[in-house]
Amino acid sequence: MFDNFPLWPARASTAAGNVDALYIFLIIVSGMMTLLVFTAIVIFAARYRHRRGVLAEQIEGSIPLEITWSIIPLGVFMVIFVWGAVVYFHSRTPPRDSTDVYVVAKQWMWKLQHAEGQREINSLHIPVGRDVRLIMTSQDVIHSFYVPAFRMKQDVLPGRYTTAWFHATKAGTYHLFCAEYCGTQHSGMIGSIVVMEPAQYEAWMSGGNTGPLSASGERIFAELGCATCHRSDTQGRGPSLQGVFGKPVQLQDGRIVTADENYIRESILDPGAKIVNGFKPVMPTFQGLVSEEQVNALVAYMKSLSGASAAKTNTATAQPTAPAKGNQVQ
Amino acid sequence: MSMATPIVTPVEREDYLNKEYGVASWLLTTDHKRIALLYLISITFFFFIGGFFALLIRLELLTPAGDLVQADTYNKLFTMHGQVMVFFFLIPSIPAVLGNFLMPMMIGAKDLAFPRINLLSWYLYIIAGIMMLHCILTGGVDTGWTFYTPFSTAFSNTKVIEAGLAIFVSGFSSILTGLNFVVTIHRMRAPGMTWSRLPLFVWAHYATSIIQILGTPVIAITLVLVVAERALHLGIFDPKLGGDPLLFQHLFWFYSHPAVYIMILPSMGVVTEIIACFSRKRIFGYNFVALSSISIAVFGFLVWAHHMFVAGISVYAALVFSLLSYSVAVPSAVKVFNWTATLYKGSIHYDAPMLYAFGFLGLFTMGGLTGLFLAALGINVHVTDTYFVVAHFHYIMVGGALMGYLGGLHFWWPKISGRLYPEGWARLAALIVFVGFNLTFFPQFILGYVGMPRRYYQYPGEFQVLNVLSTAGATVLGIGYLLPMIYFLWSMRYGKPAPDNPWNAAGLEWQTQSPPTTFNFEKQPVVTWEAYNYDEIDTGHKQEAKVVA
Amino acid sequence: MSHSQAAVPTSSHDDIHSPALLHHFATEEQQRNASNFGMWIFIATEVMFFGGLFCSYLIYRRWYFGDFGAASKSIDATLGATNTAVLICSSLTVVLAIWGAQIASRKLMIGSLILTMLFGLAFLGIKGKEYKDKFEEHHVPGASFSFENVSIPGHPDQYANPRHAQIFFALYFIMTGLHALHMIVGLGIFTWLLVMAWKGRFTPEYHTPLEVGGLYWHFVDIVWIYLFPLLYLIDRHP
Repeated sequence: MFDNFPLWPARASTAAGNVDALYIFLIIVSGMMTLLVFTAIVIFAARYRHRRGVLAEQIEGSIPLEITWSIIPLGVFMVIFVWGAVVYFHSRTPPRDSTDVYVVAKQWMWKLQHAEGQREINSLHIPVGRDVRLIMTSQDVIHSFYVPAFRMKQDVLPGRYTTAWFHATKAGTYHLFCAEYCGTQHSGMIGSIVVMEPAQYEAWMSGGNTGPLSASGERIFAELGCATCHRSDTQGRGPSLQGVFGKPVQLQDGRIVTADENYIRESILDPGAKIVNGFKPVMPTFQGLVSEEQVNALVAYMKSLSGASAAKTNTATAQPTAPAKGNQVQ
Repeated sequence: MSMATPIVTPVEREDYLNKEYGVASWLLTTDHKRIALLYLISITFFFFIGGFFALLIRLELLTPAGDLVQADTYNKLFTMHGQVMVFFFLIPSIPAVLGNFLMPMMIGAKDLAFPRINLLSWYLYIIAGIMMLHCILTGGVDTGWTFYTPFSTAFSNTKVIEAGLAIFVSGFSSILTGLNFVVTIHRMRAPGMTWSRLPLFVWAHYATSIIQILGTPVIAITLVLVVAERALHLGIFDPKLGGDPLLFQHLFWFYSHPAVYIMILPSMGVVTEIIACFSRKRIFGYNFVALSSISIAVFGFLVWAHHMFVAGISVYAALVFSLLSYSVAVPSAVKVFNWTATLYKGSIHYDAPMLYAFGFLGLFTMGGLTGLFLAALGINVHVTDTYFVVAHFHYIMVGGALMGYLGGLHFWWPKISGRLYPEGWARLAALIVFVGFNLTFFPQFILGYVGMPRRYYQYPGEFQVLNVLSTAGATVLGIGYLLPMIYFLWSMRYGKPAPDNPWNAAGLEWQTQSPPTTFNFEKQPVVTWEAYNYDEIDTGHKQEAKVVA
Repeated sequence: MSHSQAAVPTSSHDDIHSPALLHHFATEEQQRNASNFGMWIFIATEVMFFGGLFCSYLIYRRWYFGDFGAASKSIDATLGATNTAVLICSSLTVVLAIWGAQIASRKLMIGSLILTMLFGLAFLGIKGKEYKDKFEEHHVPGASFSFENVSIPGHPDQYANPRHAQIFFALYFIMTGLHALHMIVGLGIFTWLLVMAWKGRFTPEYHTPLEVGGLYWHFVDIVWIYLFPLLYLIDRHP
């Protein structure tokens, strides 16, 4: 809006309009309520000013009035609640075919990796009109990925993935802020989201490409010797990883969990936490031996073994799902 | 207004102030009124320390660049501003000063149930205060008042343990005050002082005390865990060692949300008393106002995770806490409506306490309404951790709680000190505070929505205009706070001696001397009238005749 | 919400009253009620205080069930059970002490007080032995913590995760340590009660400090009654 006196940020995502609509509704409701109360106070204070010889009239109360002004606000609040919940639910449900971007936050910078392989520091280039899903973790303390123009914010935690998504609608450069206090340079941990027209974006992607993230993951998989046990046939000491990602996995103790990003991450860093049914707990931990970026690459590789990749044998069995460790990654 | 010659009280009556002199008679007192004054001095001291930090923060934020202090220093400033203001000013303020002073008198008692524990509460507060001061002076702490892990347990290089222990000790001061109040209200009411005849100030403090009793121990144990984790490198909250940082947040907010009701409920009680007196009528809907205080205390315990909507909790948890958060808004709205309705057909006087009450009504309404914004999940994602939240809580705590505190100090100052404050200056100060406050904090709502995060000492240039407005307001606000400090002190020596009931107010506390004697009442009152019997008072039925042995 | 009974008796003509009556109370009954009520409230705060720890423990117990099972197995349930019996007996002797005061039996009152304190000391001694064992086995969280190659109960081929086990021990020491601290404070309180009893301050009409101290002791006992099964007995196989 006004350059030096903005009232709201640019609207650059599909969510922005929804959030602003609710905001404006709330401003109207609050404005009306404030006006109502202020007007009543001013009128009463003036009209019922103390005058000599005029006594106040003692009024005990009025139950109908009390009920009315409890029920009506409650009704309005419920409308606001539902509206807010709908907007929220939408913002926390990424569409199925979102493009993944991996984010690693650390004191005091953002490291981003596109699935296609591009790496960025403190900036994120994305095309207009694409659903982008961020899979984020922190190397140290809690940070928060905040893009005001998208009306989007999600805390980034150490030790697990959190996700967020957006669909940019307007080309431009927008602020990226860290919104969870994280130490000395918390206010310096800022960057830019660069939204480009699709053609420009393709041009940008093709420059200096290091290959897709899943290819890095495949390389790391080989370098760390994972293939020794996780063979693509059924002969390995560990389960085959073909087609595992996103599907239910039955564990030794009978539980059934979904093999999402957090599950893969946990299996690498704390393999004893969940043992797949029928296998022995012999996998060593890679805690301290892989960086967050390498884990991201391995996760990307696992995903490539599940959807997009060519025909390899699929040993996953279909069973009902349950979330991993009670944490929702949505 | 004569300020030239000191006025000597013609008849030197004995009261709680002149009964005994000497440091020991104050430091070893068990008189709830003296303890209230000890608290008054201590919390005022900490208020100015917290305020000084606020001033530095606002000065830094005049320019987009971080050029006044270093980043680490700024981080310490906002941390210690929050800790000092929350734990050493707001939480004790009204209960420990006005509650301590007035509540026993309001119910017709000679003192609280446990006077020595009352003194212990003050000493715990002082010990905690000394620990906090020491922490501040020897390096400070930079975790934010919220102490989030693993930053506070494994990354911060500042005096986290010391600050945590200081707050731990202050918590016990708060717990004992709450305990004392609950027992007093249950067991020490004068004959005839039934629950439905209690002043709503007492109901408000009862609700507050319940929160203090049940909530504060949880932050106490949370701080113990943080200190233990930091000192012994445990892993309760550190993911690298198998722990969960969100567990800290749940434990922390389980107290810290109800804590904000500790800060506002007493202020609501004060405002109720003032509005009744200066409208010369009984509060509209007494039962509902009393019930709403208890409801706020109860519901306040059910909403803590609305501070964590983007923290990584599940969608379902978020939905539940958002829904519950709207439930706690209803009793607050009910109070605002009842206060407004009390003005209807009243006989309204505009003395300074009433101006503060009006200010409270307006600012608390605005602050409360912005709570609706924050409870809406869709909006919360955008504005949480931004200046919108900062503006919201300052509207409630400063625009609400602090204005109520100032209003109460003015209202009961004649009773506490035996002197009248200068009315003209007081009205001016109320106006300055109101204007300064809005100028400081309203721009921050806008700043938050356009995206300026909290705890930033440098920011993009387009946020500067709003920041400059805010800082300008802060200087005005500061002047508004200094004025009462000056004229209250002035009045203790030069103020007109106060009559026993200058406002002709209802309430047993006004039946005592100004200042009261040590044991409050000559003989135990027997109450046969309802609260807020302004009709009887204003038609000349004296209450004194009813105070009998 | 009306209530015609006032909280305080309307008049007190007790010109002769116990020297223990404090000036701001109208009657001894009021003082006694207030003291008891105050202690109950204090106990409520203590429940919330321990509650945070119990909450954390239960959450981690559920998440790391196997690892916590392995760690729990390594603490001595026999010693724990003995301590439970000791504390239950001590609560009995507390009640006997109060009974002694009520029937003006100085011998019963003082003897029971002493026995209570002896039980308390026994509890602390046994706890000390447990801590010593943990120290020697390197189960104390910190630099020298070690919990390698300990199998999970029911899964002999699976080893417990030492990091998760360390959380168990951290909570174990903090919970039992905090409890022991409350025991020590309790012993201090009972020392003072013993002195007062010895001096003859307690009569059938006035023994409020005993009641209130007894309440505190019972509470400390109850905390242990919860701690014991949660820490020692879950997932324990004979």
